[in-house]
Amino acid sequence: MTHINIAALEIGQEIGSTEFLLTRDSLVRYAGASGDFNTIHYRDDIAAQVGLPGVLAHGMLTMGAAVQVAVDWVGNAGAIVDYQVRFTKPVVVHPVDGAVLVVTGKVGEIDAENKVVRIDLEAVFADTKVLGKAQARVQL
Amino acid sequence: MVNPNVQGKKYPATDPYLVGREKIREFAHAVKSTNAMNLDVFAAQAAGYTDVIAPPTFAVVIQERSLATVLADPEADIDFLRVVHGDQRFIHARPIVAGDELVSELEVASVKSLGAHSMVTFETKIYDVDKELVCTAISTLVVRGDE
Repeated sequence: MTHINIAALEIGQEIGSTEFLLTRDSLVRYAGASGDFNTIHYRDDIAAQVGLPGVLAHGMLTMGAAVQVAVDWVGNAGAIVDYQVRFTKPVVVHPVDGAVLVVTGKVGEIDAENKVVRIDLEAVFADTKVLGKAQARVQL
Repeated sequence: MVNPNVQGKKYPATDPYLVGREKIREFAHAVKSTNAMNLDVFAAQAAGYTDVIAPPTFAVVIQERSLATVLADPEADIDFLRVVHGDQRFIHARPIVAGDELVSELEVASVKSLGAHSMVTFETKIYDVDKELVCTAISTLVVRGDE
């Protein structure tokens, strides 16, 4: 059911890289789609009031976008059987320029018997990794 | 500080959430998915699903309904304005599919203190109408204390 030959995979092999532009529009859209209307994700005044450097992207938006690199590789969103991240750094979204998130996926572990591959995702914003231990287990 | 006595506390199942096809598409666009399984009914059916499937993080919408109950629980004493999302995990028994009716049951897995801060881990089990487990969502919130 998949075009991926598990026997040919190597640990550390890059499976893809995608640049996501997160704008204020992206945050409003994610707020509506997810139901997370926390004001720090769209109001500069409130972000400043609570001591943030600016309006932040929802951590769950960063998490949701990052996994698309693994989804695109396998071709099926339903193949992601286990996905976890740690939110280590905020993504500050500039009102005009937005924020550019670059996500790269690499093969972290291969379980040939169960046909499960762990993809380690690196999400970088402004030269800083914003997710820790971002791992997606993909069922081939 | 979060009340450490809520560790192990279980919250009753939420009312069923009916997963709509357009909701899945809306969420998929929001997380910048271009995967046909999330968007195209025929592609999803060709892959053996009954309808479009949700992106891997969509379960957060269901988890959130349980979490809202905890945040409103005076016994837990969690100040939402001081909450930061620490980590998140979704373990899927199967993908969420349009047409699913899902309920969630949350348990407070642990409450730890870290200096003035508290770390609360929630485990939310999401079931379909046949009471089959669809997804386990594990979420850790960091609640900032007084500095």
